[in-house]
Amino acid sequence: MEFFIQQLINCITLGGVYALIALGYTMVYGIIQLINFAHGEFFAAGGYMGVILISYLAAQGLHPYICLGLALVLSMGYCALMAMAVERLAYKPLRQASRLAALLSALGVSIFLQNGLMLTQGVYDKPYPTEITAGGFEWGLVSVSYMQIFIVVLTIVLLIALNLLVFKTRIGKAMRATSQDKVMAALVGINSNRVIATTFAIGAALAAAAGIMVGLYYGSVNYTMGFVPGIKAFAAAVLGGIGNITGALIGGLIIGMVEIFAAGYISGEYKDVFAFIILIAVLYFRPTGIMGENVDDTRV
Amino acid sequence: MTTQESRKLWLSCGVGLLWFFILLWPLLGITPEGLEFGKTFTVFGYVAVAAVIIMLFYQVQQAGQLDFVETPIKTASGKAKKIYDSMPRWALLGIVLAAAIIYPQLTERYAHDVAISVMIYICLGLGLNIVVGLAGLLDLGYIAFYGVGAYTYALMSLHFGMSFWLCLPVAGLTAAIAGSIVGYPTLRMRGDYLAIVTLGFGEIVRLIFNNWMSLTNGPNGILSIPRPEIFGYQLKQLWMLYYVILVIVIVTIIAVYRLNFSRIGRAWEAIREDETAAELMGVNTFLLKLLAYAMGATFAGFAGAFFAARMRFVGPESFTFLESAMVLSMVVLGGMGSIPGVILGVLALVALPEVFRGFELYRMLVFGGVMTLMMLIRPEGLWPASRVGRRSEEAD
Repeated sequence: MEFFIQQLINCITLGGVYALIALGYTMVYGIIQLINFAHGEFFAAGGYMGVILISYLAAQGLHPYICLGLALVLSMGYCALMAMAVERLAYKPLRQASRLAALLSALGVSIFLQNGLMLTQGVYDKPYPTEITAGGFEWGLVSVSYMQIFIVVLTIVLLIALNLLVFKTRIGKAMRATSQDKVMAALVGINSNRVIATTFAIGAALAAAAGIMVGLYYGSVNYTMGFVPGIKAFAAAVLGGIGNITGALIGGLIIGMVEIFAAGYISGEYKDVFAFIILIAVLYFRPTGIMGENVDDTRV
Repeated sequence: MTTQESRKLWLSCGVGLLWFFILLWPLLGITPEGLEFGKTFTVFGYVAVAAVIIMLFYQVQQAGQLDFVETPIKTASGKAKKIYDSMPRWALLGIVLAAAIIYPQLTERYAHDVAISVMIYICLGLGLNIVVGLAGLLDLGYIAFYGVGAYTYALMSLHFGMSFWLCLPVAGLTAAIAGSIVGYPTLRMRGDYLAIVTLGFGEIVRLIFNNWMSLTNGPNGILSIPRPEIFGYQLKQLWMLYYVILVIVIVTIIAVYRLNFSRIGRAWEAIREDETAAELMGVNTFLLKLLAYAMGATFAGFAGAFFAARMRFVGPESFTFLESAMVLSMVVLGGMGSIPGVILGVLALVALPEVFRGFELYRMLVFGGVMTLMMLIRPEGLWPASRVGRRSEEAD
């Protein structure tokens, strides 16, 4: 039982991280129907930016928590800027082109950014200063580290902020309108280019936060770290129903759960296989995902 | 070109460069040692100068100032095209074939090595071309079938002592079965979902190669795979293997060509253009899509078996997603559905990087950049197929 509860806590931590990455995929896909392969790279870049800024700020003699907070905000801003640049350069000219062209352009950007990270940051794992969030609680065999609490709280805060942004602000309304019908939204005076750029920026900022969390959780970052979590987060987005924000959260938690329980009870080596099998099974039996509305042929 | 048009062009170029700088500045400026921005300005400077020079050339060309160079080139290429058209097809193919046959006699070992990897990729590219180019099913896990073929030969030859020539069709068959297994559940999906599911399947296969220690020896891979033999004589030299893969490539090209212009090929193209319409016209879309997967996988299986025999080693790291992306970009770069296009795409992506061997580190970076740039400038590929329409679902 203790083992089960422990695993459940790990699930929530990991699932929250997947949900944050999945949100970027799902929002972008909801608006321009593009699988943004470069999204995983924003996540990796956020992780790197976090470790560099934390060490840099700590060297200036700042309090560790201030360092962490500043690094979080700055790397989120940095990734948002990067995503806007990528969108402007590689996706915007392809709005009218075929879906395959846009997909391959995204793939090219992903390879470009991944190798850019490798060339500038080196091929080796970069250790994270985990002592900031060291320590934790223990009840019997169940232990919760401060770091896990930090991740869960931050995830919840970000999700609430996102919810407010999407459902309470003007730009959020514009985003929802654009994702429902781009042409109609443009006709009523919404600047779709600005909406798309904002969506990319928000998604990348969330991915950057997830990158820092993963860095803290596993204790290191690597230039290839964006790829597998990227696919799993996309699986989470599809699982929840692509284009649906609540769905991304549920999907992220399910993928995290499958991975942790498969690793804990079945086999650690095959944990990724189970995540992909869940994805394939969901797409086979319910292609619209858990929360997804009925979509027409163009999306399925 | 009016001043206004030219101003617009320069403005978009300037905005693009500005955004590129924003992308580059943090990417290059933040190093493990701290913040340092000298490198960013150098790299950005090169790119900006190159962009401005290209823009200037484009403007001069648009203004007709380059006619003194362009006119002779145009007449020359027109003449070349006339000669090309007037020559019988068999003569052209004969010249290419003769060049391919005498190639190993004229070059040394390193060139053979490059040629062999080019031909392996031609096999893969033509196989993927059936799935993506003809049937219009986007497959991002194609390299898994290549892996299945390679492991089939490796295991069959080591455990049962089967010869290469017997294993080759067996590898094709197992890959085809794997293709059908992947194809079956994905048949109901279209577009992006299909892409992500095939990607998932590709990763599953790689993870199985990586983790099934008792069968595949895990990440260490399988060593000392036997070489192919002909009548008991081992093909030890690289140029002998060159002829083996040359035969496989020729068979593949003929098979794909025949398929392309057969009833099945036309049915595939009908599915690509409009699946619903194809079904209404009596095309059995279920069976034909499955067949596309199986046929595409078969050629990957052949290529995989040869790859195992040539390297004498297989390991899971040869079958990563990046390889799938590489083969897909060859197909798209060359022109989907076009056989000469795919071959051209392979040459561009395998042979050209070999020329710039010195920039090994920057190879993949440039590859990614070129892929994106290609999609922006010429999304239909270098040598587009003659029979391609727009998919109905993209028409909106």
